[in-house]
Amino acid sequence: MPAYEVVVDVMLKPEILDPAGQAVVNALPTLGLAPVSDLRIGKHVEITVEAADEDAALAEGTRMAQVLLANPVIEDFRVRLG
Amino acid sequence: MRVTARIGVVSFPGSLDDRDAQRAVRLAGGRPVALWHADADLHGVDAVVLPGGFSYGDYLRAGALARFSPVMGTVIEQAGRGLPVLGICNGFQVLCEAGLLPGALTRNAHLHFVNRDQRLRVESTASAWTAGFAEGQAVVVPVKNGEGNYVAATAVLDELEGEGRVVARYLGSNPNGSARDIAGIRNAAGNVVGIMPHPEHAVEELTGPGTDGLVFFTSVLSTLVAA
Repeated sequence: MPAYEVVVDVMLKPEILDPAGQAVVNALPTLGLAPVSDLRIGKHVEITVEAADEDAALAEGTRMAQVLLANPVIEDFRVRLG
Repeated sequence: MRVTARIGVVSFPGSLDDRDAQRAVRLAGGRPVALWHADADLHGVDAVVLPGGFSYGDYLRAGALARFSPVMGTVIEQAGRGLPVLGICNGFQVLCEAGLLPGALTRNAHLHFVNRDQRLRVESTASAWTAGFAEGQAVVVPVKNGEGNYVAATAVLDELEGEGRVVARYLGSNPNGSARDIAGIRNAAGNVVGIMPHPEHAVEELTGPGTDGLVFFTSVLSTLVAA
């Protein structure tokens, strides 16, 4: 079976506080960089998976995100081909 | 009936407080049994403690990988049949990841790792691990975490409060930003409890702020004798 690169991006849900992102927001102006009104930090996961076709590869990535890569209580995820 | 209840304490790679939890069980009058993450066999223990630490390095999310270890498969199954399970700190995170308790524990709102003696109010004595307290009792138990900020949907928080499933709340300043000052919760049946502070570090005067933590362990021993 061919190999596909699948990308899963995991972000904290909008209503969940992202203290690490807030710390970076506060740090940027002190470094002389433009003030930003918002910044959120998430996880970017690159997966190489063997699958029958692109749809099957995306379905595998979605399953991985649902079971392990994201916690649905606090996180949303998006799956795409790399 | 066994003379001495056997309390299993799971060691995951990265567990820190497994020996302390074993010692707390011993001081409470129970017999500690070391359980290994890769062994699905609970060796006939009467209750299980998931200790604090950084299981699997907290990789991905705290507790996310420990939840899939062989021992947890059996713990999840047995917890459904009433086995008393106490998750402390990282153990609480594992219980949430495993779906045995609702919600999740995220980074402390202020990003600092907190390590201090913490006052708590015991809110629910209707659990295997808190039956020995008086309801509303104020206790002092050390807290030490970087990801102890309890979050859950508003409906879940309302349900926990409505059903009296908040086991303990922070008194004084909230150390991590937890929703509604929640320090610990229980499942509906009361056999599964997760708590962020460390009762196993408050089991004797010499090494802790007092002995309030011991009551978690004597509670489960009394519960087991009564069962």
